[in-house]
Amino acid sequence: MNRTVGWLLLAALAAGPPLALAAGQPFYVDILTRLVCLAAAATSLNLILGHGGMISFGHAAYIGIGAYAVGIPAYYEIYDGWLHILLAVAFSALFALATGAIALRTRGVYFIMITMAFAQMVFFAVVSIEEYGGDDGLVIDIRSEFPLIDLEDGLTLYYACFAVLLGTLYLVHRVARSRFGMVIEGAKGNERRMAALGFAFYRHRLAAYTLAGALCGLSGAMLGNFTNFISPEMMDWTRSGELIFMVVLGGTGALFGPLMGAAAFLLLEELLSGWTIYWQLPFGLLLILVVLFARGGLAGLLEGRRG
Amino acid sequence: MADEPLLRVEDLQKSFGGVAAVDGVSMEVERGEVHAVIGPNGAGKTTLISLLAGELRPDRGRMLFGGRDIARRPAHARARLGFARSFQITSVVPGMRVLDNVMLAVLARDGRSFRFWRPARNDPALIGPAEAALERVGLAGVAGERAGAVSHGEHRQLELAMTLAAEPELLLLDEPMAGMSADESRRMTGILEGLKGEKTMLLVEHDMDVVFALADRISVLVGGRIAASGAPEAVRADEAVRRAYLGDEAA
Repeated sequence: MNRTVGWLLLAALAAGPPLALAAGQPFYVDILTRLVCLAAAATSLNLILGHGGMISFGHAAYIGIGAYAVGIPAYYEIYDGWLHILLAVAFSALFALATGAIALRTRGVYFIMITMAFAQMVFFAVVSIEEYGGDDGLVIDIRSEFPLIDLEDGLTLYYACFAVLLGTLYLVHRVARSRFGMVIEGAKGNERRMAALGFAFYRHRLAAYTLAGALCGLSGAMLGNFTNFISPEMMDWTRSGELIFMVVLGGTGALFGPLMGAAAFLLLEELLSGWTIYWQLPFGLLLILVVLFARGGLAGLLEGRRG
Repeated sequence: MADEPLLRVEDLQKSFGGVAAVDGVSMEVERGEVHAVIGPNGAGKTTLISLLAGELRPDRGRMLFGGRDIARRPAHARARLGFARSFQITSVVPGMRVLDNVMLAVLARDGRSFRFWRPARNDPALIGPAEAALERVGLAGVAGERAGAVSHGEHRQLELAMTLAAEPELLLLDEPMAGMSADESRRMTGILEGLKGEKTMLLVEHDMDVVFALADRISVLVGGRIAASGAPEAVRADEAVRRAYLGDEAA
C-alpha cells in the first residue's frame, strides 16, 4: 500500500510541473522543486536514521556544504556544474567522514548532541566569513552549467532535481537491502549481539554516515541552484530538525517515507502558516501524535501498522 | 598441537570495586569436549563468560585460544577467531526476521559485509547455511516471523541457531536453559546432545540435570575460584563441592 502511494507520488511529481505550467501556475513548479530537493535530502538521512538508527541532528550541514560548493565557485565565476557536484559530494563526504569518526564513538543523546555541534560549527564558520557574505548569504548569479542541459530553465532545473531524488531513492533502496545494509540494520537492533557475532560495525556505520552525507551534499547543490541564494540559515540546526521531522513523519526505514514526509511537511507548512503565524505549534503537536500513536509514520499508517 | 587444549585460561582475575568476581581462575577446554561450569549465584560464572567472550577485560591473567593469547582482544575479534556465544538473556535483533538473524551470523563468518549493491535477502550463500542451522534447532517453521515475536523457548533456540551458523570452534553457552519450561528445556537438551562430540562447548548452566546429562567435565566455581574440576561422577562425589554447592541446593 505505501509502495503504491509512493509510486503514485513519484508519478505525480514526474507529470505535475508541465501541467502546472500549462495551467499558468509556475509558482507550483517552484514548490515542487523545493519538495524534490528536500525529499532527496530526507531520503539520504533515512539511510542512517531509519535503517541505521543513527539520529543525526546535523544533517542540514550537508545541504549547506552542497549549496556553498555551488555558491563559492560561482562567486569566483566558475560555473562548471560537474565541478560543483564534485566539490559538493567530496566536501560533504570528507566532513561526514571526519565528524562521523568522532560522533559514532558516542551513543544515544550524546550522538544527537555531537552531530548537532559539528553542524553548528560549520554554521558559525560560514557566518564568520565576510568574503562570502557571512550572515547575509550569497547570491548565485548564474546556475551550474552543464553540457546540453540549461538549469536556468525552470522545468529543466526541476527535472534535474527530480533525477537526483530518483537516484537517491534507488541508491538508498539498494544499499539498505544489501549485505552492508543488513549489518547496519542489525547494529541498530542489537549492538551487543552484532559484536558477539564478530561484526566491527563501527566501520559500517561510518561508511553509511559518509555515504548519507555525500548524498545530502548533492541535494544541497541542487537546492542552492534552485534558490539562487544561499545563506548559513540553510544549515541551521532547526533545518536539521525539519529533516528529522520529515523522516519520522513519513516513516523511518520505509523507502518512500521521507518523500511522503517531505510532501506532508511542505503541505502542512503552507496550510498552517496561512492559518496562524504560530504554525509551528500545531506542527509540534502533530509530531508528538505521530510519535505516540503512529510510530511507523505515514508509510506505517498506509501499511496498517502502528509500531 | 593435538595435545594442546583448544582453550587454556591461566590465573584469570577480574575485580569490581575491590571485590574479586573472578579470582585466579585456571582451566582448560579440550577439543570436542563439553565442559560445564557450575556454581552458586554470585560465584562469578557470568563474569567468567564475559571475560572469555571479550566483553570484559581481565585485570590479570592469560587466555590461550589455539595457542594464541586473546586476553586483550575485543569481542568481535574473538568471534572471528572462532568463538561464538549465546546469551543468558535472549539477545537477538528483534526487528528482523528469525531467518535474518541467522543470516547475520552466517554473514559474520563469511566476512564479506562491505557489499553495497546485491540484495542480501535472496543471497543463496547466506540463506542456505542459515536455513540449515534453523532446521538443526527445529525452528524452520518460524523462519519468516519477526524475531521479537516468537516465544521464549524459540528465542533460545534461535540463539543456538545463530551460534551454530557462525560455525565456531568453541561455543560459549551462557545458561541456555534459563527461563525455559521443563518441556522446552528437555528439547534443548536433546538438541545439544545431538551436537556433542561435534562441537566444543563451554556451558554455564544452573540446571543440574542438564549439566550431568551433557558434560564431559565439570568445573565448580565458588567465590570466583575453581573449587573442583573433573568428570561428572568425581565432582558429584567431591566433598568440598557438596558442601559449597550441591549441598546448598539439596537443603
